[in-house]
Amino acid sequence: MKDLYVNRKYSIIAFILLVSVAIIIRLFIIQVVKDTYRLSADNNVLRYVTQYPARGLIYDRDMQLMVSNQAAYDLMVVPAQTGKIDTALFCRELGITMDFFNERLKAAKIYNRKSPSVFLKQISAETYAKFQEKIFMYPGFYVQPRTLRKYTKPVAAHLLGYISEVDEALIKKDPYYKMGDYIGKLGIEEAYEKDLRGRRGVKIFMVDVFSRVKGSYAGGAMDTLAVQGSDIISGIDYDLQEYGEKLMQNKTGSIVAIEPKTGEILTLVSSPGYDPSLLVGRIRSENFAKLQADTVFKPLFNRAFMASYPPGSTFKPVNGLIGLQEKVIVPSTEFGCSNGYHVGSFTVACHSHFSPLNLKDAIANSCNSYFCQTYRRILENPRYGSVAEAFDKWKSYLDQFGFGKKLGSEFSNELNGIIPSSSYFDKWHGKGGWKALTVISMAIGQGEIGTTPLQMANMTAAIANRGYYFTPHIVKSIGTDKRIDPKFTEKHIISIDSTNFEAVILGMEAVVNGGPGATARSVAMNDIIICGKTGTAQNPFGKEHSVFIAFAPKDDPKIAIAVYVENAGYGATYAAPVASLMIEKYLRDTISVNRKWLEQRILDLNLVDSIPEIEAEH
Amino acid sequence: MGWFNIYAAVYNEEHKEILDLSQRYGKEFIWILATLVLAVFIVIIDSRFYFFFAYFVYAGLMLLLLLVLVLGKDINGSRSWFEFGNISLQPSEFAKFGTALALAGYLNNRRQELTKLKVILPAMGIILLPALLTALQPDMGSTIVFFAFFIVLFREGMSPFVFISGILMVILFFLTLLVDNFYLEAGLVAAAILLSWLSLKNLRIWLTGLGILILIGGLLFAFDHFVVKSMGSELILLITIVLTGIVYAYYIYSKKAIALLVIYLFLLGSVLYVNTVDFAFNHLLKPHQKERVEIMLGFKSDTQGSGYNVHQSIISIGSGGFTGKGYLQGTQTKFKFVPAQSTDFIFCTVGEEWGFLGSLTVIGLYIFLLIRLIVLAERQRSSFSRVYGYGVVSVLFIHFFINIGMALGLVPVIGIPLPFFSYGGSSLWGFTILLFVFLRLDASRTEYLV
Repeated sequence: MKDLYVNRKYSIIAFILLVSVAIIIRLFIIQVVKDTYRLSADNNVLRYVTQYPARGLIYDRDMQLMVSNQAAYDLMVVPAQTGKIDTALFCRELGITMDFFNERLKAAKIYNRKSPSVFLKQISAETYAKFQEKIFMYPGFYVQPRTLRKYTKPVAAHLLGYISEVDEALIKKDPYYKMGDYIGKLGIEEAYEKDLRGRRGVKIFMVDVFSRVKGSYAGGAMDTLAVQGSDIISGIDYDLQEYGEKLMQNKTGSIVAIEPKTGEILTLVSSPGYDPSLLVGRIRSENFAKLQADTVFKPLFNRAFMASYPPGSTFKPVNGLIGLQEKVIVPSTEFGCSNGYHVGSFTVACHSHFSPLNLKDAIANSCNSYFCQTYRRILENPRYGSVAEAFDKWKSYLDQFGFGKKLGSEFSNELNGIIPSSSYFDKWHGKGGWKALTVISMAIGQGEIGTTPLQMANMTAAIANRGYYFTPHIVKSIGTDKRIDPKFTEKHIISIDSTNFEAVILGMEAVVNGGPGATARSVAMNDIIICGKTGTAQNPFGKEHSVFIAFAPKDDPKIAIAVYVENAGYGATYAAPVASLMIEKYLRDTISVNRKWLEQRILDLNLVDSIPEIEAEH
Repeated sequence: MGWFNIYAAVYNEEHKEILDLSQRYGKEFIWILATLVLAVFIVIIDSRFYFFFAYFVYAGLMLLLLLVLVLGKDINGSRSWFEFGNISLQPSEFAKFGTALALAGYLNNRRQELTKLKVILPAMGIILLPALLTALQPDMGSTIVFFAFFIVLFREGMSPFVFISGILMVILFFLTLLVDNFYLEAGLVAAAILLSWLSLKNLRIWLTGLGILILIGGLLFAFDHFVVKSMGSELILLITIVLTGIVYAYYIYSKKAIALLVIYLFLLGSVLYVNTVDFAFNHLLKPHQKERVEIMLGFKSDTQGSGYNVHQSIISIGSGGFTGKGYLQGTQTKFKFVPAQSTDFIFCTVGEEWGFLGSLTVIGLYIFLLIRLIVLAERQRSSFSRVYGYGVVSVLFIHFFINIGMALGLVPVIGIPLPFFSYGGSSLWGFTILLFVFLRLDASRTEYLV
């Protein structure tokens, strides 16, 4: 029988081929034309786990460890990968509420469904250990190890700074940082962030559909190792810092001590301070808010370089130096003083002391009259055409001492201080409308002058060095190669002859070690010659601030110090003992028995009724 | 026997992968050994056995399909498996063989008669019975496979009109879901008008007919617009077509214009069909079924829910690129992002690890196998063998098309295995029996003329 339909096989074959061509075209589009699927595949499989480098450690000048790291664990979540989980068990294990769970997950979804965000910050090592065993039950969750700061002693918070999570504004500014990263704030942590942070690495893992790690990707060839942050050796003397903070307990004020030969800051106290461990971990934001809320004592405010005071009598050595350099006086020049400086009805009062006196005795007795007359000679120097011109010459010396501008330490928030120029007075009084007497209060460090404790300590160091200084800085060296910013090894030379410094230093020596009338006799030591100068900074809001600057030993200065005790009165009363104790502690490591009473007096001194205690929540 | 080598080569390649992919390898290996034994038996048995016992085999398997509905084990909501200890059997896989055999037996002496309704209906019955039984399990994948036997009927003389209208129905189905129904129906009317012009070639009569249509349509529209105001344009169109048909009936009857009648009935049928589909889709389908169709048509993209399988499948195939990631280097499949990857989505492994070239090779091998089988079927002297051969082609083709099409997102997710690739003892046995029986028949094609 003839097969009528034999040709239908061609239709069938054609149909099969047609369908196959459709499949092949589709295959070609998916596999060859579009390359987005490869990306999606990588998103499925590859899990980038950031390797956080350990942050660099911070040591003091004697290699005493000040800041180290402790382990913490952040629980991360990738919302797109979360599946059905036993939420109740999950919450119980982590000790969180269901509401918290929902809230965090929602926040993470809003941030980005497909990339990780921090679900729970800094879970403890024990919770981590327990949780890690069951993590496979919770797809989309994984644990990211982190390091937190740990402080050896509860001191030096202002110097060290702290670390906190980066905010969105910063992420936009610096693409290095990612959500959940930490960054140094204030102090050494901020100034040396780039050295301390090291470099992040990334490990690429392959995960299966349940987010279980199945091994490293490409045998680890694409991984980058985390580079540990550089350790920093600070110029701080940790013990001295601790001692300084102890002395400043129950007082407001600051201490700045500098090693004159290097410009290294030995101690920088701003009182009241706070325990740096208050700003570590989960308790950080809460404690930070509390510290910030204290508007009376402002523990977060660093008085050492963010507060500007009129320097008062501690400014007199500088005016003496300028007078000598400008040759308007010589060390033996004598001026009389009758309880003050009187020109007609104009008077700058002074306490009673013998008269007339020379430069050395004027410094020792802190004679106002002497420095008013010196200052008047400086400004009325016939060498210059006008008072304004002489004033600007005077100002140029102050510039060299680092007044009226940022010194350039690591602290970005250093205050400029105020040293007006002649144009300032021209504006007030008209050009030529002012005389030496108009600005005479600057002779004794008052009037329109503002300086920070750091600037005063730096001035003291310059005097101790007999004419130069190094920019004060907190860090001695960075990393294993002991590098340091070259600006800190640059000598700033002041155009005043060293012989003139010797003359002024004799006066400063006499302040402490001189005979009757010397303003700081009580803090003299037998074997260490301290050169100092008392001061009283006027305070429009209350009792004057007690100020003392000093360096020691006289012939080989190892420490230059400025001490401010707020609302304490005369410089000799409180600031001088603090400075003297600090010097003794630094040079001899202990306080001699015959000065224990002095130490006790300072420790017992309470100049604030009560500084609200910040409850530490550890 | 060329295709046998292909089968072996292709199979081994894949089974090594299964070896490393999952512990299912162990079971699969036992199945393979058993399959070899089975193959030997099939080849030993006289080919006449299959001819004489065709109906018994079919009847026995239909009984099993009935039994599985009662005794079967419930897996994923369908009763399609018998369980004997560790071994599970899926009778529907063997029913495909039985159906091919019964169809061959039935059509053996009735070839060339498939234009007669009394021959067509029993043949269709043989196909639709297992389709119905598997649909009851429910196992939609197998049900659809049985419909592939219509290819056999086509080869043996059934009117292509059935297929054309079948395909048109599928196209209309999708168009119904995609296009606004009124425009679709208007388009159908336009097509009918065009076709009737080709049939009539008489401008006067054609224009008269068109005028009647427009007149009735216009009147109805005005009636709705001014009086009823709520009929809806689709209903207006339907009534227009029906009323116009009554007018046309006279002309058709008097002139015996059969072509015109066909065109008209076709139009009426498709308009009714469109409405039915629309109603069924929106009211009868279960939400998850509706969703699957919608995802396939691209109305919806849901990469996490129902669309997850297909989405992941396309990602894994797409990530293979031109040359693939290399043997055993597929990350998507290795880490189980694609569900059911050793069964229904086995093609992902090929696509990801061997890339476009590998996939093309596999597809090429299937095309070769299918065409080779057609050539073999055509050279049979007995129509029993030929019909059976086409049965094999139909089953393999539908599996190939739906399985790979599904992995590529071309057809909705219907869980059926890829022949000789997917894991599963029953399907392996099923396909082996299917193929080897044909082999046996082919080997003895010169001996008997059954």
